[in-house]
Amino acid sequence: MKFLFIGRSDLALDRDAHSRFLPWLIAFMVFLAVLALAGMLILKEVAARWDHGVSGTLSVQISPTEDPTNDEVRMGETLKILAATPEIERYEVIDDARMKGLLKPWLGDIEDMAELPLPQLVDVELKSGEHLDTTALEDRLAQKVDGVSVDDHQVWLERLVNLIRTVQGVATLILLFIAFATVGTVVFTTRTGLAIHREAIEVLHLIGAQDTYIAGQFSKRALMLGLKGGVFGLVLGVPTIASVGYLARRMDGFLLPSMQLQPEHWIGVGILPLLVAGIAMVTARATVMRTLARML
Amino acid sequence: MNLQSDEPIVRFENVGLRYGLGPEVLQDVNFSLQPSSFHFLIGESGAGKSSLLKLIYLAFKPSRGMISLFGRDIAMTPREDLPALRRKVGVVFQEFRLLNHLSTFDNVALPLRVAGTKESEVRKHVEELLAWVGLKDHMQARPPTLSGGQQQRVSIARAIIGRPRLLLADEPTGNVDDDMGFRLMHLFEELNRLGTSVVIATHNMHLVERLGHRQLRLENGHLNVREAVKPAQSTPSPAVSQKVKETAADRAPQTHPTPASVKKPIEDDFKGSAETFGDPASLENFL
Repeated sequence: MKFLFIGRSDLALDRDAHSRFLPWLIAFMVFLAVLALAGMLILKEVAARWDHGVSGTLSVQISPTEDPTNDEVRMGETLKILAATPEIERYEVIDDARMKGLLKPWLGDIEDMAELPLPQLVDVELKSGEHLDTTALEDRLAQKVDGVSVDDHQVWLERLVNLIRTVQGVATLILLFIAFATVGTVVFTTRTGLAIHREAIEVLHLIGAQDTYIAGQFSKRALMLGLKGGVFGLVLGVPTIASVGYLARRMDGFLLPSMQLQPEHWIGVGILPLLVAGIAMVTARATVMRTLARML
Repeated sequence: MNLQSDEPIVRFENVGLRYGLGPEVLQDVNFSLQPSSFHFLIGESGAGKSSLLKLIYLAFKPSRGMISLFGRDIAMTPREDLPALRRKVGVVFQEFRLLNHLSTFDNVALPLRVAGTKESEVRKHVEELLAWVGLKDHMQARPPTLSGGQQQRVSIARAIIGRPRLLLADEPTGNVDDDMGFRLMHLFEELNRLGTSVVIATHNMHLVERLGHRQLRLENGHLNVREAVKPAQSTPSPAVSQKVKETAADRAPQTHPTPASVKKPIEDDFKGSAETFGDPASLENFL
């Protein structure tokens, strides 16, 4: 039986020992690639969401004193200065009710807010695209108001985003290494194949075979082995990322917003084995063509 | 056959060949082969016969000099055009060089497949030719299971399946006895009558003297041409079929001068094929 694109082969490539281990290597590489790609896509989403959600906002904090009237005055001064700052789109004093809600997870229900030395908070939203020099704002506020500080979340956000970017970079690097390793492995197996079948290849060559004819036999073979290994790697990898995603979702999505692949990401993951098989095919072809070019 | 032009099929001018930095194994080789000619290439073992053939079938580049094949200077021919030239040259390699993992059928089909012939055509031609060389019953056999003589016929079939304009045979009689040798020679002569140029490298002087034909003699790396001892067969004429049959009939007794005891194993080798192997009618059907 002749399968659609296996076709007939003049070289006994399927009997080579190395063609039995190539699918395994490719399976492992696709498995790792699936994990790396899934991780990269998820983190990209997470980073984008955090970055978008938090940048462009800042909070102004006024530390509490014994005197509520003083606090009121200081708040009034603060709001005046904020209102005079052109970059600011909107600001909102966080009232007791919202403060209660924010503190509830930590302190439980609070009966009387006044008993707690809580700072007063103003939530500030910048005009989109505007950049505000937070230190300058802090200086201006400090001239009029005691005990005021501006927090633009940048410190922890930057670290978090940096961490994510680094992990993302590592994942990209892993994908690149996998591509290199695939190319290297296929070059090696193809060269072995060329050496084993040298006599047959020479006969084909002398009989009048074009280089592309001979290379086609190797590249077809590499494509088939690559697909075989790639599908196997995918079969291993998909349940792995699915279960990691499941475990992450059980964490209420508090720290890990949306540890889930989007449909278009699944397509990307599904394309991986095809991509790796394609790399194997092109590599095998190039290797054979380069070797044959040395013959007359 | 489109051999109407008188342009030589092969032309060597001051060709020299050396391996690496070693001495030249061929020096100042000059000759040309006309269409439909028949040549013996003779010389002692190691005189460079195989090297010369390899230059013709484009396995090597000459170290110097000019080689032209079918009117094209090899040095000026782009690499991707060489396969088309190689397909016009059929080669019977000294050690056959059959692909052991392929069946007889697939081995013979190789030149057609390499040239992109349709599979239905391949089947038709290969089956016809295998029947002609008496290997119809061995189509699915792998070469290692065949006898030396059968392998030789497979390799000849592979060399001629693509209807080459030039047939090169390197010591085709090296491993067979004289009787088989003569049979092979008649096969080559018949191909030659139908228009194929033939060059046979051999050191079997007995054969060479018996058949006549032009001789290319290699000595110390130099090539000398010696004209045919007896007139070579004339070019094919409309009456060739009849003539060939007569010739074949005439020769039949001559080729079996040996006692029955010696003849026996050869007959075995040609079992079921004796009537087709030397039968020009089936050869003509094929060509």
